[in-house]
Amino acid sequence: MKIIVCAKQVPDTNEIRINPETGTLIRDGVPSILNPDDANALELALEIKDKNPGTTVTVVSMGPPQAQEMLEECLAMGADEGILVSDRAVGGSDTWATSNALAAAIRKVGDFDLLLGGRQAIDGDTAQVGPQIAEKLGLPQVTYVTEFELEEGGKSMVVKRALEDGFEEIRIHTPCMLTAIKELNDPRYMSISGIYNKDKDIKVWNAADIEVDLTTVGLKASPTNVFRSFTPKPKGKGVMLEGDTDGELAQHLVDDLKRKHII
Amino acid sequence: MSFILTKEQEQVQKMMRSFVENEVAPIADEMDKAGEFPVDLVKKMGRYGLMGVAFPKEYGGAGADYVSYAIVIEELSKAWAAAATIVAAHNSLCCWPIFGWGNEEQKQKYLPDLLSGKKLGAFGLTEPNAGSDAGAQQTRVDVKDDCYVLNGAKVFITNGAYADVFVVMAMNDKKKGTRGGISAFIVEKGDPGFSIGKSEEKLGIHSSSTTELVFQDCTIPKDRLLGKIGDGFKVAMSTLEGGRIGVASQAVGIAQGAFDLAVEYMKQRKQFGKKLSQFQALQFEMADMDTRIHAARLLVREAAVRKDQHLPMGKNSAMAKYYAADTAMQVAVKCLQFHGGYGFTQDYAIERFFRDAKITEIYEGTSEVQKIIIAGTIFGKK
Repeated sequence: MKIIVCAKQVPDTNEIRINPETGTLIRDGVPSILNPDDANALELALEIKDKNPGTTVTVVSMGPPQAQEMLEECLAMGADEGILVSDRAVGGSDTWATSNALAAAIRKVGDFDLLLGGRQAIDGDTAQVGPQIAEKLGLPQVTYVTEFELEEGGKSMVVKRALEDGFEEIRIHTPCMLTAIKELNDPRYMSISGIYNKDKDIKVWNAADIEVDLTTVGLKASPTNVFRSFTPKPKGKGVMLEGDTDGELAQHLVDDLKRKHII
Repeated sequence: MSFILTKEQEQVQKMMRSFVENEVAPIADEMDKAGEFPVDLVKKMGRYGLMGVAFPKEYGGAGADYVSYAIVIEELSKAWAAAATIVAAHNSLCCWPIFGWGNEEQKQKYLPDLLSGKKLGAFGLTEPNAGSDAGAQQTRVDVKDDCYVLNGAKVFITNGAYADVFVVMAMNDKKKGTRGGISAFIVEKGDPGFSIGKSEEKLGIHSSSTTELVFQDCTIPKDRLLGKIGDGFKVAMSTLEGGRIGVASQAVGIAQGAFDLAVEYMKQRKQFGKKLSQFQALQFEMADMDTRIHAARLLVREAAVRKDQHLPMGKNSAMAKYYAADTAMQVAVKCLQFHGGYGFTQDYAIERFFRDAKITEIYEGTSEVQKIIIAGTIFGKK
């Protein structure tokens, strides 16, 4: 099988602080990581590769040149090839423009059986890029994938899709796109052997390489842009109610709510 | 020379921190209290290349360098010294002599399974009456036409009860002693006449297996000789020379782990209306320790770089081990002191670091032996 995984380098939001004066992110000293949901997508690809010799895994990303570090980590986990789309012309893209660029890069990579991505990136939290890429490539797609099984020697698969109030089981034929959520698997670590792999294959492509229509990528082409970002006001401290019985606790709660004129 | 890690070494550090946080730190206290050998962890470590760090890929190793190996051992030790003991004994004391002294058939036969962690290795040199005086071996080997026959016993053998492959020294000619009288052999679990004896109960590194090895007319085929007859002392000394980088890294990791625990504790513990971290006398102690730990780490890295570049490093690894072990012990003692009464209880991990630190001054050459080696480079050998 030939598998392509879309991945993004993101700031580790666990480490991020916000400047209370300006409301902007303090990015200094914040480590960059492989987006967590994308790590689940890559793990699925690598599990398929482990079980099906001959499978190749290509990771495609878009970002500044330093995003190569993340691709190196993907290779150290076991991916075969990394491609970074990096060009000022695609900078500032919103989800629509980003998916145009990534779809163009994936077309350039050529035929594949399975296209994977994470549900969403922890910096933007839109969950739009994966589905948009699938649309633009004319691929069937299943989002929020939490379980996965290959059928017919890889020609089709049965996937479980997590919804708010239940699951869907869907049979889907290749080629197709799936987006992964963290419940799908536990991503592996880099291996020392993978880190010391001498045949690291990372390509950096610019806008011309992916033959993308320049009027569909970048800040200017983006139909949406961030008007203002701000930090929500911190909520007040919570109150722990104490009481020996459930009834007593409920009475405290009702009293408090009445005192605040909520009920 | 560079003091900056390469990109690969940085990635190994990053990978190890994540591996240790998720797979090692959560089980350390419980396994230590139970004195249980971490069989599952060893399998995981094998999968990620920890059981064959600085060995070529053609034999199934991870293809990394010795600085990366030092990083692996340090990061493991920051959370759990016993895990580092298992890895270091396996890599440095069993895989290395087979790689460095074995012939091609021996390398092909043993290294792939060892370096991938499918099999575990151990090293048998120390005897009841031959510790620092390793030349006083009493285990003897009879060289027969078609086999070797070993008789004697080894003690304090790390990984003993769980190992599959052992590199063992035995005396073939007492008169020649260390100058050609000792030979090195590969012994396998299950060889006739070979058994595991008493398992030691120790002050620290409870989860590492430390046993006696017993040879009663232990008969092994001719292809188990490492190097030539009489090379054994050289095999042992060259093995320990590199092995010291592992123990020194372990000592740096124990020191750093104990230090990190103290930093966290001092930021929270209040006495006399102030956090411990606000007392300048304690701050100065911490500044001293931080400096010492860093100096120890640089000594280790220098020895590792020299090993990678095939430069003489006997003195460097001896200095690194001596200084790092001394640092581990001093830092563990002080960091426990800063925990006060809580530090003396088993509820706080610092107690484990305190117990584990001591072994680094003892195994793979005591601190006194390291000083003999260093002094020998100043005044010449006797």
